[in-house]
Amino acid sequence: MKSFTYSRATSVADAAKTAASTQGARFIAGGTNLLDLMKLQIETPTHLIDVNHLGLDRIEPTPEGGLRIGALVRNTDLAADKVVRRDYGVLSRALLAGASGQLRNKATTAGNLLQRARCPYFYDTNMPCNKRKPGSGCGAIGGISRSLAILGVSDACIAQHPSDMAVAMRLLDAQVDTVGADGVARAIPIVDFHMLPGDTPHVETALKSGEIITSVTLPKPIGGTHVYRKVRDRASYAFALVSVAAVFGKDGGSRFALGGIGAKPWRTPAADAAASSGAKAVAEAALNGARTTHHNDFKKTLVERTLASLYRHKEARS
Amino acid sequence: MPSDHLTRRSLLQGSAAIAAAAPALAPAGAAAARPTAKEGTGMIPVELTVNGREVHLQLDPRTTLLDALREHLHLTGTKKGCDQGQCGACTVIVEGRRINSCLTLAVMHDGDKVTTIEGLGTPDKLHPMQRAFITHDGYQCGYCTPGQICSAVAVLDEIAAGIPSHVTPDLDKVSLSDSELRERMSGNICRCAAYPNIIAAMNDVAGETKA
Ligand SMILES: Cc1cc2nc3c(=O)[nH]c(=O)nc-3n(C[C@H](O)[C@H](O)[C@H](O)COP(=O)(O)OP(=O)(O)OC[C@H]3O[C@@H](n4cnc5c(N)ncnc54)[C@H](O)[C@@H]3O)c2cc1C
Ligand code: SF4
Ligand code: FES
Ligand code: FES
Repeated sequence: MKSFTYSRATSVADAAKTAASTQGARFIAGGTNLLDLMKLQIETPTHLIDVNHLGLDRIEPTPEGGLRIGALVRNTDLAADKVVRRDYGVLSRALLAGASGQLRNKATTAGNLLQRARCPYFYDTNMPCNKRKPGSGCGAIGGISRSLAILGVSDACIAQHPSDMAVAMRLLDAQVDTVGADGVARAIPIVDFHMLPGDTPHVETALKSGEIITSVTLPKPIGGTHVYRKVRDRASYAFALVSVAAVFGKDGGSRFALGGIGAKPWRTPAADAAASSGAKAVAEAALNGARTTHHNDFKKTLVERTLASLYRHKEARS
Repeated sequence: MPSDHLTRRSLLQGSAAIAAAAPALAPAGAAAARPTAKEGTGMIPVELTVNGREVHLQLDPRTTLLDALREHLHLTGTKKGCDQGQCGACTVIVEGRRINSCLTLAVMHDGDKVTTIEGLGTPDKLHPMQRAFITHDGYQCGYCTPGQICSAVAVLDEIAAGIPSHVTPDLDKVSLSDSELRERMSGNICRCAAYPNIIAAMNDVAGETKA
């Protein structure tokens, strides 16, 4: 690890201001992603602002009937929250499918949304990587790409977004609440929060310099049967090859979001519209425009089969 | 910041850093006045309660909780396997919850209560989980064992608290089963594959607690 200085933020406004005015400053929440990357010197902040003591760890109902989840709520607590279990089951399920018990006890809502790529070439500092070192090239294109994305990719980067939680957040149309360096609050719809790589894969989110996430807000519950299915190389404690979050509505209206296959959590209106036509139709709609490699072409089949298993699960339950 | 950076660097290269970081026990009964950061050294005062004992450290902010325990407090029961959150050997219980001590900074835990394997029980007075691991042969080389035991103790608490897992069929009905224990222990890798015996040990302790 490169050396850095450390401070505990005393208020949200203070955190945002310090972050914007201190070159090389970063927020630290659970630290489970940032510290991992700092040990490898993929991240080299010169100052860490600890945001753990700002009281951003509450889950509260909103006047609109939704739920406001503090940025520092731990993944364990969010998954176990009574209201989340009852009204947003797909979110509980997605969280519980991620990482390990120890990691979920530390990992936070904001940190989870902001976790960085798991591309093996991003982690190997001897290899070119446009995300880690803009302009250096992409080791994964033409390299080993089995785990990587097939949707939203570019000629500069094909990394998949690794989060499980973010897939459920995308499905539920969450909104990311922030405060900027100027102290002004804004709300970013989750669909606009993560950026596609394009020519600038190092720009990963819509956050501006110093901007701090204060909460993530869910709209009012949509009912239906909530499911999250994750397919991975081992039964637990592994990132998704493919994951599907779904809510099957009673009226036939359903929605789907996919993980493990997109440069960001993936959801398309066409896939939701195809719900009544079954798994094959949904898969076809969702995978429209997919760009695969020899190594990860299997993910297309896996998406269809995972969807089919969700449909069977839903039928068994209704 | 650049000058500060240099000072800390050169300081760290000298053995002075090691001496300065030696643990200092709080004098009995002394009011714990919180020391402030020493200007210019980059060292930060950290106060922890480890296994019931209050300790005061001066640490480089880079020090992980794991390194603070092992290198500064010489509590070497907690192991370093991967140092990346991938094995669970470093599992300790902080403020009642199990975490990977390798992926957190000691300075982030100023004021926290930490329990390590040394604090769960002693050779003369074993924790029931430690005894059960011995009875059921829940290890071979033993390297992962401190982490396994800390995790196992916390897992039974999590089940008792009704925290669901990936394999819980109904999120509101959390109960004990082998598949629950296996899923919840997946963050602790055992290279010797003592898994079946670990599950047996956990079931043993869970039964005892229930009775
Ligand atoms: C071995 C291992 C396995 C894993 N498996 C999975 C898995 O299967 N599925 C999965 O989804 N995840 C998995 N993870 C990733 C894990 O979920 C993330 O590491 C975690 O969610 C990050 O949260 P954190 O609070 O620790 O973030 P940190 O490491 O503290 O921060 C991450 C980033 O977010 C920024 N940040 C934090 N809080 C804020 C804020 N409030 N405002 C603005 N910026 C902020 C930080 O500056 C940093 O850039 C795994 C991790 C490990 C180590
Ligand atoms: S796919 Fe993206 S993260 Fe992976 S090497 Fe290429 S640029 Fe880097
Ligand atoms: S040493 Fe911490 S998880 Fe491996
Ligand atoms: S007993 Fe050897 S690694 Fe678990």
